[in-house]
Amino acid sequence: MPLTVTLWSIVALLGAGALAIALARSVGASRVVYGLCFGLSLILFVAAVVPRSAVALTTSFPLGLPWIGVHFRLDVLSAFFLAIVNLGGAAASLYAIGYGAHEKHPSRILPFFPVFLAGMNLVLLADDAFAFLVAWEFMSLSSWALVMAHHHDAENRRAGFVYLLMASFGTLALLMAFGLLAGSVGGYSFADIREAAHAPPWRSGLVLALVLLGAGSKAGLVPLHIWLPLAHPAAPSHVSALMSGVMTKVAIYGFIRIVFDLLGPPEFWWCMPPLALGAITAMLGILSATIQSDLKKLLAYSTIENIGIIFVALGLALAFKSNGMALPAALAFTAALFHVFNHSLFKSLLFFGAGAVLNATGERDIERLGGLIHSMPRTAFFFLGACVAISALPPLNGFVSEWLVFQAVLLSPSLPQWSLKLLVPAVGVALALSAALCAGCFVRAFGIAFLGRARSIAAENARETDVWSLVAMSGLLALCLLAGLIPSYLIDTITPAAKVLVGGHVPTQGGIPWLSIVPIGESRSSYNGLLVFLFIVFSACLAAWIVHAFGSNVSRRGPAWDCGYVDPTPAAQYTGSSFAQPIRRTLGNVAFVARDHLDMPAPGDTRPARFGVEIHDRVWDGIYTPILRAVDFCADQLDRTHFLTIQGYLGLVFATLVALLLVIAIWP
Amino acid sequence: MALIFDLGAQTAQMILVLSLAPLLLGFTRKVKARLLRRRGPPVFQPYRDLLRLMRKDVVLADNASWLFRSAPYLIFAATWVAASLVPTFATGLMFSWSADLIVITALLGSARFFLALAGMDVGTSFGGIGSSRETMFASLAEPAMITIVFVVALIAGSTQLSEIAFHMLSHIELRVSYGLALIGLVIVAIAENGRIPVDNPATHLELTMVHEAMVLEYSGRHLAVIELAAALKLLLYVSLIACIFAPWGLAPHGPDLRAMGFGAVAYLAKLTIGGFLLALFEISTAKMRVFRVPDFLGAALMLGLLGTLLLFVSRSL
Repeated sequence: MPLTVTLWSIVALLGAGALAIALARSVGASRVVYGLCFGLSLILFVAAVVPRSAVALTTSFPLGLPWIGVHFRLDVLSAFFLAIVNLGGAAASLYAIGYGAHEKHPSRILPFFPVFLAGMNLVLLADDAFAFLVAWEFMSLSSWALVMAHHHDAENRRAGFVYLLMASFGTLALLMAFGLLAGSVGGYSFADIREAAHAPPWRSGLVLALVLLGAGSKAGLVPLHIWLPLAHPAAPSHVSALMSGVMTKVAIYGFIRIVFDLLGPPEFWWCMPPLALGAITAMLGILSATIQSDLKKLLAYSTIENIGIIFVALGLALAFKSNGMALPAALAFTAALFHVFNHSLFKSLLFFGAGAVLNATGERDIERLGGLIHSMPRTAFFFLGACVAISALPPLNGFVSEWLVFQAVLLSPSLPQWSLKLLVPAVGVALALSAALCAGCFVRAFGIAFLGRARSIAAENARETDVWSLVAMSGLLALCLLAGLIPSYLIDTITPAAKVLVGGHVPTQGGIPWLSIVPIGESRSSYNGLLVFLFIVFSACLAAWIVHAFGSNVSRRGPAWDCGYVDPTPAAQYTGSSFAQPIRRTLGNVAFVARDHLDMPAPGDTRPARFGVEIHDRVWDGIYTPILRAVDFCADQLDRTHFLTIQGYLGLVFATLVALLLVIAIWP
Repeated sequence: MALIFDLGAQTAQMILVLSLAPLLLGFTRKVKARLLRRRGPPVFQPYRDLLRLMRKDVVLADNASWLFRSAPYLIFAATWVAASLVPTFATGLMFSWSADLIVITALLGSARFFLALAGMDVGTSFGGIGSSRETMFASLAEPAMITIVFVVALIAGSTQLSEIAFHMLSHIELRVSYGLALIGLVIVAIAENGRIPVDNPATHLELTMVHEAMVLEYSGRHLAVIELAAALKLLLYVSLIACIFAPWGLAPHGPDLRAMGFGAVAYLAKLTIGGFLLALFEISTAKMRVFRVPDFLGAALMLGLLGTLLLFVSRSL
């Protein structure tokens, strides 16, 4: 029943896309389409979370390739991810009812938005390689069309091009991974692939590498992350929220599905690439975020960081699982999925906030914002809540998943392999560093954009955003708070998936008194978000009451003190780049070879002094520039073949034919 | 009956840390002054300062927002909760299981988050410089703290402070990683509390201050609450070091008034020693340049990492 409802709702989403084309010219089209998307996402969400037996539901249709058909399957893992996708989809649709009204060319977005939602849902339901890849490509192309919505801007066109390249590369890698998984005779349905598991090490290693390339390029794993900071600012904000908060999670799903489910029992070395790459991704992502001044670019880099954290947790789960340690594996896996859920909430919320600011001021550059807490108090409040959540501060939800990851790291000394004994502590430190940097990054983002004084006229004249957007943001913040205060329910929701995929589960949290969470044992660790929250609220109220009742309660307003300096211009405030300067100088000189240049004219020279910052993207310089150069070189060489004589062309055809025949003759 | 006793012990702990925090500050200042051959202000001067500030009117900058006005209470509450979760005179208090050492670290992180934001709210350059530097220090001090938590938790097999204290009491042993963690924790404590050589709590020289720059715009009761939170943070770190590395005298879980009284006396003795050592350390070093601080904190981070690595490796020997 839930599977039928789900599939029909997806068909309806596709229908909504068609409807959008039909309605393109009419006035209320965006409300109708986004309203439909909101309703359908809610239905899909309910269908995913409705309690049912742990047995997977399957169905198949005689579509697609004739000897395969299309298989769909709804199991505990896909249900969990369906809930995330559709929660994010519902929030984005609700937000877009208000936000989309400002769109100049709605017909460039409306048809693709529902199709994008449908594509993500289909990836999660697919039960054979063919359906999976088609749905994956559907998701990629519809999101590409959304990135290209504002294609008049050259920068957006470049973003779209890079995204398209990376997406096609990722799909190619996944295609080859499925080819290897199925083998030369195996079937392409996931059930057949599961049967045929126990590949030789070289093959499973190759599949792992290909999956890391394919799913990693979609999720934003370093060094395949380059498209995120380009594409997320280019897309409209509700689409960036979906791409960043939700689509990257679909990529995580792809990784989990293939590596934990289809690839068979893990070898211990499988965990090394996700652990190492995850740690590097987390560090590089958050460091890059800290020095960005484009708000949406900053959020995109922060997504990269969070993807790194999720991959680290998944790597730990693999390490434990391969050593037969079921409980720690379940803990790490639970932490990963918990963080997936959390990140989908607060990252969507942050992009909504960034969109509201963009609408109100026309600015994405935080150096030209400031003081928005006065003109957009509600947006500022919701954005602040999301900043607290993503900075892993108690009592909001980001802290819970971070805490669970740390608990998993603390269990890892019992891993027998020496390489892991050296790798895991380093990864733990990288996580701690990125968590601390994340807090600093969001102090900067919120402080520069929303606090202080307005740095431009646009920021000064900003207006609070519309009701729909505010409702969507408040809903997400409420969920962040709820997941932080009562994490036990969410952990119990993840438990069935952990049971299936890592063969163990953390103790049921629902029955523990006071709603605490005790993932391993009472004497080892426990956390009670609700109690901490109540404690803080109580102490803050008590302090405020005592101070006001027994001390003074008079407030006067006056000019800012600032040590007596008169400071008439908002330009004298700390800017985003000056705020980031200490971190750029201490950590950035390693990560980005960041250098400050001061060009001071000689005495008597009247030209102004100049201060510049030089930053290198090491990934781009080290990997992509050589690749681009190689591609250019090959293209140049091949260019000669464009000017052959007719004999030359015929010779080429003949040579190819001979070569192919030789291959067939030699092939065993 | 047991419930009332538990609740009473927990409340006593909350009141104890709150009432002792200014005293520790005053004591440290006094010792420092005496060591410098000055007479120094009376030990109870911080209480008088707080009371005076509390009675004064608040002068808010024209463009201060609601965040600026509510941040002091949030900062205070988070610090107070964190401080009352560290065992001082007894372990296993009623709510001690609601948060472990990682949570305490993160609660201090929350307090710092709001303090840094409050520094940027009015939009002055001093507030920005303070917040920016505090963020830089925190970006190294917090991971250093987490690695120290790793070390301690790996030795004790728990992240709960009560369990850790109990473990340290029952397994007295010398370990290399233990010493590394102690040095690291002291460095973190000095940096987090803005003491010399990282920051000078007595200075108002603009270019050197960090904490004072962030709270420059605060006055009256808001300033009092923030100062009290800063005092609580100092007390918290001294209690934390005492609880992990000198857990002697801590009363075990249970309604035993004599053990608790003994624990309280032992706690006072530990605070006295801690305050004295802090003063001694502060007068024997000079403040370092801001961009030397990352090296100082980086040392703590590396010590913590080294300790963790040693524990990971030695587990299999």
